[in-house]
Amino acid sequence: MLKYLLLLVAVLLPLNALAITPEEVMKSSQAAFLYPGKDFKARVVMRLVSKSGSERARELTMLRKNYGETGGDQKYFMYFLRPADVKDMAFMVYKYPGRDDDRWLFVPALNMVRRIAAQDRRSSFVGSDFTYEDVSGRDIADDTHEITKEEKLGGSESYVVKSTPKAGDTDYGYKLSWIDKRTFLPLKEEYYDKRGTLYKVFTAEEIKEIKGFPTVVKRTMKNLQSGHSTETVFSKVDYNIGIEDSLFTERYLKQPPKKWLD
Amino acid sequence: MKRILHAFFILASCLTINAYAADYSVNGFVQGNYSFGTETSNPDGGDFKWAEERAQLKVEGAQEPVRLFLKADIAFDHIDNDAEVELREAYIDLTRERWDLRAGRQIITWGLGDLVFINDVFPKDYEAFFSGRPLEYLKKGVDAVKAGFYPDIASFELVVIPFFEPNNFPDSNRFWMFDPLSSVTNRTEQEPGSTLGNTEVALRVYRDIAGFDTSIFLYKGFHREPSMLPDSLAAPSRIELIYPELAVYGMSLQRSALDGVAGFEAGYYDSLDDRNGSDPLIPNSQTRFLLSYQRQLIEDLSVTLQYYGEYMHDYSEYERTRIVSFPKKPRYRDLTTLRLTYLLLHQNLRLQWFSFWSPTDRDYLFNPEAKYNFSDNLWAALGANIFGGQEDTTQFGSLDRNDNLYMQARYEF
Repeated sequence: MLKYLLLLVAVLLPLNALAITPEEVMKSSQAAFLYPGKDFKARVVMRLVSKSGSERARELTMLRKNYGETGGDQKYFMYFLRPADVKDMAFMVYKYPGRDDDRWLFVPALNMVRRIAAQDRRSSFVGSDFTYEDVSGRDIADDTHEITKEEKLGGSESYVVKSTPKAGDTDYGYKLSWIDKRTFLPLKEEYYDKRGTLYKVFTAEEIKEIKGFPTVVKRTMKNLQSGHSTETVFSKVDYNIGIEDSLFTERYLKQPPKKWLD
Repeated sequence: MKRILHAFFILASCLTINAYAADYSVNGFVQGNYSFGTETSNPDGGDFKWAEERAQLKVEGAQEPVRLFLKADIAFDHIDNDAEVELREAYIDLTRERWDLRAGRQIITWGLGDLVFINDVFPKDYEAFFSGRPLEYLKKGVDAVKAGFYPDIASFELVVIPFFEPNNFPDSNRFWMFDPLSSVTNRTEQEPGSTLGNTEVALRVYRDIAGFDTSIFLYKGFHREPSMLPDSLAAPSRIELIYPELAVYGMSLQRSALDGVAGFEAGYYDSLDDRNGSDPLIPNSQTRFLLSYQRQLIEDLSVTLQYYGEYMHDYSEYERTRIVSFPKKPRYRDLTTLRLTYLLLHQNLRLQWFSFWSPTDRDYLFNPEAKYNFSDNLWAALGANIFGGQEDTTQFGSLDRNDNLYMQARYEF
């Protein structure tokens, strides 16, 4: 009996040592989803669809540059093209792990740069169903993570990770993420409210490999309670294009550099 | 002015020939804007503070390293029954790696105040603001050359304004206002001439210092609010409106703090034509400062609080020489502002509250507004301006009878 037990332990040990931890899954997912390349650009078109079917559009060019390792500082530019009342408006975001972002807004009609408060990352991004956190990421240390199961989703082997916020100030109780074992991209996320009811679903609908980086080029966030949903399509995606450090300044917030905007 | 415009149009036509091959965009809007006096009729008997239809065309053409921008309005004013063409902005940009240049009519906004201006020494249109026009009309363009320099140590913005542009104040036919010499109607305005010596110069140097957005400002030019110069103090029959010389030395700091954004701005208003404060007709020098704090209270609800103060220097000289028939100014005047912005219905509805309230002057301006985006192209806003105060000689107290309800509707393309 003891012999069998020892054998069992011996068999399990290396397996356990090899098994990936839920934190590692989330870290790899963050690297694949939000940090690939040294820098990144995309044309982003968002389609906001209400329950009754009425539509609004948002279109912007997004630039990102990483500073340091995965999970480290990042800087973002978002130059708005549509709708007309926000055309030429621009956002600059300095994102830091573990503390609030710095955000600046350029208002073209007044030729004015405004620093804006940014402590609520769960706020809606430009009225869509995505939050700021969905756009630029959430600190892994803010949640406890647990691999609840492994299953096939749409033909891809994936880990299902349950992430529960450590602080109680989020709008959701927990989140389930289906993380592709090969690419580590999130294929689907389910948000459950504090009573455990599913209310928001993220799906990665199209993935393309661009310069060797698998990229979610089409994604949807649907709010099951309100019936409102947002579809986001990335085009003109590119990585490692050589965005200079000096780009993320007030100067280029006011005057977008044409060469990065096409 | 005419020369600048000519040069501009020559450049513009040169560029537009090429522009077909380059980046080219045309946008604009049509808009209706009406403001109804709710308190009493206007001094001239009318009931509207503002009533117009307006179309704007924005044309942009770019071919590296040059960019051209033109923003022109055409408006029909129902109160004066006339049409007006207004060149809001028209400039040419030249962008190089370490510097850039913008020449022509342009809107410049400096400083971090929310509708409180210390180092923003550029012209404003208070009539637009008090009449319930869209906020962008608070700023007037200046005909200027602006140069930017971007060495590693800091960024520099140098603005040279050869042609003086005063602030625009409410029209006395439409607005009730306090005027200490209201009986004297023979008035002439004397703007500073366009000479080399009168050319206004403004400099801003800015960079990040330990997480603070830090700016230093210098300005030499003129007060944009006129001073009244009567021909005689005892029995005035004629008033000359002049714009005394002014220099401003200032700074601002802003950074994230206390779960929001905190800011500080200050400036010394050096009244060059009355440095010892003994001329009663010209403003004394002042120190002005501003503290601001902004944060999100809950999702899509943000609040901005400001405290502004201005301190008059050489107050004893002012008291000794002041004209008794003019209202006495305090040594220290302050102003607080509150802005609440609430975005609802996927940010299609914006509810906003903005107020000025002065503890020393005991006067106020309340400005609630609701704006709704009916589609990606069409929005409308409904709001009110409510003025009041204990005295009818203070900034908002004197506007007490001008409360108005306004409507703006705009279709953008």
